[in-house]
Amino acid sequence: MSERAIVCKDLTKRFGDFTAVNHISFDVDQGEIFGFLGANGAGKTTAMRMLCGLSYPTSGEASVAGYNVFKQQEDIKRNIGYMSQKFSLYESLTVKENIRFYGGVYGLSDKQLKEKGDELITKLGMEKEAKMMVGSLPLGWKQKLAFSVAIIHQPRIVFLDEPTGGVDPITRRQFWDLIYDAAGSGITVFVTTHYMDEAEYCNRISVMVDGRIDALDTPANLKQQFEAASMNEVFYALARTAKRSAD
Amino acid sequence: MDTVILQHVSKSYEKDVPPALQDVSFSVKKGELFGLIGPDGAGKSTIFRILTTLLLSDKGTATVAGYDVVKNYHEIRSCVGYMPGKFSLYQDLTIEENLHFFATLFGTTVEANYALIKDIYEQIAPFKNRRAGKLSGGMKQKLALCCALVHRPEVLFLDEPTTGVDAVSRKEFWEMLQRLKQEGITIVVSTPYMDEASLCERIALIQTGQILSIDTPANIIKAYPGKLYALTAQKVYLLLKDTRQYAGIAQCYAAGDSLHLSFKDEAKDHPASLLSWLESKGHKGVSIEEITPDIEDCFIAKTSIHE
Repeated sequence: MSERAIVCKDLTKRFGDFTAVNHISFDVDQGEIFGFLGANGAGKTTAMRMLCGLSYPTSGEASVAGYNVFKQQEDIKRNIGYMSQKFSLYESLTVKENIRFYGGVYGLSDKQLKEKGDELITKLGMEKEAKMMVGSLPLGWKQKLAFSVAIIHQPRIVFLDEPTGGVDPITRRQFWDLIYDAAGSGITVFVTTHYMDEAEYCNRISVMVDGRIDALDTPANLKQQFEAASMNEVFYALARTAKRSAD
Repeated sequence: MDTVILQHVSKSYEKDVPPALQDVSFSVKKGELFGLIGPDGAGKSTIFRILTTLLLSDKGTATVAGYDVVKNYHEIRSCVGYMPGKFSLYQDLTIEENLHFFATLFGTTVEANYALIKDIYEQIAPFKNRRAGKLSGGMKQKLALCCALVHRPEVLFLDEPTTGVDAVSRKEFWEMLQRLKQEGITIVVSTPYMDEASLCERIALIQTGQILSIDTPANIIKAYPGKLYALTAQKVYLLLKDTRQYAGIAQCYAAGDSLHLSFKDEAKDHPASLLSWLESKGHKGVSIEEITPDIEDCFIAKTSIHE
């Protein structure tokens, strides 16, 4: 296994004559919380799909969890977790059933499923809700559960695509406690968000503009570089240079 | 008379779950830009659905532009514009067809009120022959706003127009709202983004079906109970975990690159005692200063008192 969780060099994706992702290069360390920012249409989703083994790059190189994005897509999928607000849990399955389903998909044995499942329910304090349909839970609980399920197999990397949209400020912070815990246990966290205060919680941040990565550094260094008081100002300074519209 | 008035409105969807709205009252002045600020599940959409006559409340009364939402629903429907949270234009009609459809529905033409939508429509006009289903989020949002404005409504209801939209587009959207306000349109807009609260003239903070407070953003900040401090050190997450263990802390949470905290009793506990305690725990480069809270701090303070 390589030291780096993600190594990415000149990764490019073209759809016809449209270059969605244009020669992006970056490395992410094991256990790092890496923020992946960009305006709508900047190419974040396309880049993320390549890194998750869901789409072949047009050119460039990348390895995720030590596996090649061209040749070892199935190995990548077994070694990552994924969660987004749009796709997370099955609303018409109970909390326990969702854990069993996803644990099974991620390749846990029956014995591991039982242990991990109980452990997870205790950790989240959801003993009473274990047999409730996920659809009846408050959004904040669903998100915490979805995140815990996405790392139930202790993947090397978890990809979070706008995980915290819409929840209240307290729940949003509880969610970040889970992220810090996961990073502390050695899991690399690759996260996109529209909340610029959350960008500050990341170890490092990249900002995509028109398919390129136009900035990559720690939040403190980026603020210094752009002489900005907040990440919001940094983001605005970069994103307004975009030429292409989000269509 | 105020343009939007809600009095003691309550609504439950199911018997065994907590009500979606509990005794909600507020009013919006003519020409005001009023914000409903709260997370998912707070009851924002329920309020919009009651005001646009799409849902009946269990208790209480409401009027829009002087009309009762139950008795005069017909009048209300023709004088309000509504942009629901979920994109609800016709996906298989083009931009242009959608706009004409909504104009016809309200017995008017696109040309009649073109001046009102011109600024917004021109941004999507190059794609006017594209089907709505094939548009990006930002373009859908602009089209939905055009369709809600095409009959020059007196009141505009916007349910989370900026959710999932990036920071730059969000800023542009709020600039559009400022221009519509200047046209004399009363606007009620909801958002889960606390930083957008300061762009409204008055706001209602709402959580689990209850209004926590209603005032101008500046007054809500002024009314923050006690003092708020920002704490920084080299290892912020460790700092958060340790600070929460300190007995005199009322609240401590991450806020951007620092922690925000308040003390239970300012007379007994103060920054200096916390600092020396943290240094004894091995934290390096710790600094603390009193800061002005923002709306998110106020919301957190209000919700924890509530619990």
